[in-house]
Amino acid sequence: MSRGDVQQAITQVFHDEWARVVATLARRLGDLDLAEDSAAEAFAAAVERWPADSVPPNPGAWLTTTAYRKAIDRIRREAKRGDKQAEAQMLFEDVPAQPLGAIDDDRLRLIFTCCHSALSMEARVALTLRLVAGLTVPEISRAFLVQESTMGQRITRAKSKIKTARIPYRVPSAADLPARVSGVLAVLFLVFNEGYLATGCDADPVRPDLTAEAIRLTRLVRTLLPEDGEVIGLLALMLLTEARRAARVTADGELITLDEQNRGAWDAALLAEGHRLVRERLATGTAPGRYQLLAAINAVHTSARRAEDTDWSLVVGLYDRLVRLDPSPIIALNRAVAIAERDDPAVALAAVERLKDSLGGYHAYHATRADLLRRLDRCEAARAAYDRAIELAGNTAEIAHLTRRRDELP
Amino acid sequence: MHYLVSVIDDTAGLATDEEMAAIHEFNDRLREAGNWIFAGGLADPSSATVVDNRGDEPLITDGPFLESKEHLAGFWILEAADLDEALALATEGSKVCNRKLEVRPFL
Repeated sequence: MSRGDVQQAITQVFHDEWARVVATLARRLGDLDLAEDSAAEAFAAAVERWPADSVPPNPGAWLTTTAYRKAIDRIRREAKRGDKQAEAQMLFEDVPAQPLGAIDDDRLRLIFTCCHSALSMEARVALTLRLVAGLTVPEISRAFLVQESTMGQRITRAKSKIKTARIPYRVPSAADLPARVSGVLAVLFLVFNEGYLATGCDADPVRPDLTAEAIRLTRLVRTLLPEDGEVIGLLALMLLTEARRAARVTADGELITLDEQNRGAWDAALLAEGHRLVRERLATGTAPGRYQLLAAINAVHTSARRAEDTDWSLVVGLYDRLVRLDPSPIIALNRAVAIAERDDPAVALAAVERLKDSLGGYHAYHATRADLLRRLDRCEAARAAYDRAIELAGNTAEIAHLTRRRDELP
Repeated sequence: MHYLVSVIDDTAGLATDEEMAAIHEFNDRLREAGNWIFAGGLADPSSATVVDNRGDEPLITDGPFLESKEHLAGFWILEAADLDEALALATEGSKVCNRKLEVRPFL
């Protein structure tokens, strides 16, 4: 094996094994902080030794054993400094044995702990990216445009709350599972959306590293919870969205809306996988949840060879079902966009304007309204709406798109 | 593991008779399940007195230590295996006393 091959092997092992090493250690040691630090030390040892000694036959086991030894060493060192109590706690505060089930995997425990509803959403995202995805604190800070020290503190505080308040390290009971899975999916969807519609005036409009990370984590959750329809729905939604990435932004960083995208530039493999997952869910005949409906809507869009071939009645029908599950004004806004295509912009505009009280501070409300006013030749009103949308938008590609549309008004 | 479950009230009223009956019944269930350590309701914050003897002379002042729209109306001290169990009990408690609750671990 060449040096480059070993480097590549280490990167691959890191991707495949990080979560498992942290998760196993967290259960054996009863301490997330120590699990994280010793896993990081074990990977550092691999980077140092594998190029000379070659990659061990079972790299995951090597890493877990190495990390565990490093943790025990540290506990002993700290015990020598007089922290006997801490040693006793770490060594004996093991998680009680639980019945082995189909979903008994330490990584699942780790994910449910990181996404616990007693933690703030920001903390859940940061912890999941650090402990499950293995991103470093500087990487996570860059992704969310916050200072490294702020991100470091956020993660430390979250770990400390888990320990002090005793957030359990376990897979929730069957009764709590749907609500808790939905909490996990919300974290993954937020990570994906931050990659897909990145905010910040100096930021790249799309961060493929974050969308890729979200997809990887969702694939992992799917492996761990293969029967959950919403997990499959979210994965399909992400794949069908990610498939359009290359066609979504121009070379100068302007957003291209769905109707103007070059459909030949969509990623055929991702689309095929997404469509297959949507069909799989449809075939089960069970009532779809929110993510499955969103995935189905995206499947309709991406099935049309040209924008004008889109089956808008089907899209509106899916939105109607979605509104019944999730009566949020944002869903109603997206439904109105489909209404404009199935019926006409005037009907859609009336529906949009009914949302003014709840969405008046949201850029997409003004952008949608501006677009409908433009199509109805109400140029002055459209201009004012574009102005407001540009003021409120946070994504550079969206701002560029809205600005061009406004400047093209007669 | 012990948790302090504080009852946060943003109304001026005491618990109604119906709420009190539901709370007593909930407390009985907590005792039977081994979660009950202590519980109590508190008088209105206007009856509070602050004592500060950190300086040369003790200072006694009328009123709660902080003025706010929300105040502590009572509390439970519960025994629970972990936060999930404490949160499940507090979820039930919030319903029976019809107030918002804060769950906080003892050190």
